[in-house]
Amino acid sequence: MNQLLKVSDLSISVAAELDKQLVKNISFSLQSGKTTCIVGESGSGKSLTALSIMGLLSKQLKRVSGQIDFQGEDLTKLDGLALQKIRGGRIGMIFQEPMTSLNPVLTIGYQIGETLTQHLGMKGKLLKDKVDFLLEQVGIPSNRANSYPDELSGGQRQRVMIAMSIACEPAMLIADEPTTALDVTVQAQILKLLHELKGRMNMAMLFITHDFGVVSDIADDVVVMFRGEIVEYGKVNDVLGNPSHPYTKALLACVPDADGKKALKPIDYSWINEFKGA
Amino acid sequence: MNEIIFSAVNLNKTYKQNDGRFGIREIKALENVSLHLRSGSTLAIVGESGSGKSTLARCLLQLLPLDSGVVYFEGKNLIGLDKKELRQIRRYLQMVFQDPFASLNPRLKVGQIVGEGLVIHGLGSASEQQSKVIRMLERVGLEESDMEKYPHEFSGGQRQRIGIARALVLSPKVVVCDEPVSALDVSIQAQILLLLKELQSEMNLSYLFISHDLRVVRHIADEVAVMFQGKIVEQGQVVDIYNNPNNEYTKNLLKAIPGNRVAY
Ligand SMILES: Nc1ncnc2c1ncn2[C@@H]1O[C@H](COP(=O)(O)OP(=O)(O)OP(=O)(O)O)[C@@H](O)[C@H]1O
Ligand SMILES: Nc1ncnc2c1ncn2[C@@H]1O[C@H](COP(=O)(O)OP(=O)(O)OP(=O)(O)O)[C@@H](O)[C@H]1O
Ligand SMILES: [Mg+2]
Ligand SMILES: [Mg+2]
Repeated sequence: MNQLLKVSDLSISVAAELDKQLVKNISFSLQSGKTTCIVGESGSGKSLTALSIMGLLSKQLKRVSGQIDFQGEDLTKLDGLALQKIRGGRIGMIFQEPMTSLNPVLTIGYQIGETLTQHLGMKGKLLKDKVDFLLEQVGIPSNRANSYPDELSGGQRQRVMIAMSIACEPAMLIADEPTTALDVTVQAQILKLLHELKGRMNMAMLFITHDFGVVSDIADDVVVMFRGEIVEYGKVNDVLGNPSHPYTKALLACVPDADGKKALKPIDYSWINEFKGA
Repeated sequence: MNEIIFSAVNLNKTYKQNDGRFGIREIKALENVSLHLRSGSTLAIVGESGSGKSTLARCLLQLLPLDSGVVYFEGKNLIGLDKKELRQIRRYLQMVFQDPFASLNPRLKVGQIVGEGLVIHGLGSASEQQSKVIRMLERVGLEESDMEKYPHEFSGGQRQRIGIARALVLSPKVVVCDEPVSALDVSIQAQILLLLKELQSEMNLSYLFISHDLRVVRHIADEVAVMFQGKIVEQGQVVDIYNNPNNEYTKNLLKAIPGNRVAY
């Protein structure tokens, strides 16, 4: 099988307190053309996992163990420059908070174009056409190319990030809650676009989401995280249809239904003492 | 039915954007938008990305000037109030922002962020303020020790909860929530929605609840207004809109709820 990404034994700690582990010995892998969804509690380490794959952990945090093999190379061994070449090129990424990764003083058209120039050397009319095309693909009229990020709505910013992340047709896309700010009609359009890239380019996706509807629509595999650990990992039908870990079961029981018949209820943590004992 | 506590009549807002060689382009973000919020109830605003929901929220709270239109809070016209009057009213009229990170001052500790409003409005002694902040953090699922941390030390969903705590700690009357639970996993989402409902009945709060997630809206709202390209295209009781959508966009919204293993 064409293994693209293999994360083994990854642990992340607070740099000043190494025994305070935020991510604990996690391992998973991803094949070309496949989608793995990461779900889990808020604060369970999903974003940190994504950031560490790309070498973007903040200085206050430290990877204390683990290997990250991507296309046969251990990313943890690469220096900053080599990683920078991969990011935005072979690995596309969408961050959870668009405003922290868009530059407020540059137009969105310029910022999308910059990626293309940097990685593919695109210039001039070709570049402009490609930028316009990418914007249209994510449902933003191309005449908005010279808007600044704060002149866009929350969902439009998120879509600019998506356009940037797929601009260079990466082998793998890491997407951290990429559609949280989008209504379902735009979300469906974006998921369709990503699906096409997957088919056409054999792109792999590591997709962090809390939306189980989305998981069931797009995932091949599902990783469930809880307090820094992977508590369940398997095929989407098995994890959603027949969850084995009590956290997964409790989480699935909270999914709101569309017709509002099921009452909202808080998550059941009655099993937690067993978990701690284990 | 309860009395109307907050209402807007014929709001219009156009953004002007400098478009280089094409001159100035106008983006019509709100077109004759009117709505009423009844005391103790929840009105949800749903709509397409870019349809003007956040603009509406900002204009309602006078954080952004309107081109025309009137906004009433408890019968008082907010347009044209001076800064001081507005500040006094803001205590009762709070907002939870869509982008949690951009709306939290990175140089303040969480305890200061959540307690800031209590200090500004001089509500209670320092120790009362402190215990209010702790209590509110706990209710949104954070801890007392989080008071000493800075926003960047939190995950996306945790930051969103800080924004919610900051708005609710003031015991406001109306809260405009802009996508308050969109970054939260379903378990925390349920916890926050239940908390919002609980506080609503405790304090007779009224919510204007902006969301793009109809599954969430179904659980929290009494009434819904659907926005499309700057206009309210459909408005009514939640049940009616769900069972009998009239507008084409509303129908699409209901159809596109994920989880039906649609083939892309
Ligand atoms: N710079 C930091 N210093 C200390 N703790 C941190 C720092 N950044 C993140 N954390 C903590 O690490 C944990 C994992 O954070 P992470 O952002 O990966 O969560 P997440 O699973 O993405 O959650 P969410 O669904 O809310 O986005 C959280 O409890 C968070 O408080
Ligand atoms: N400062 C600005 N200058 C120019 N245009 C703007 C500005 N702010 C918003 N817009 C435009 O106004 C329209 C409405 O934006 P708004 O943020 O109100 O949408 P929204 O309904 O909240 O969308 P979302 O669901 O994506 O958050 C969008 O087309 C947006 O690009
Ligand atoms: Mg996160
Ligand atoms: Mg918005």
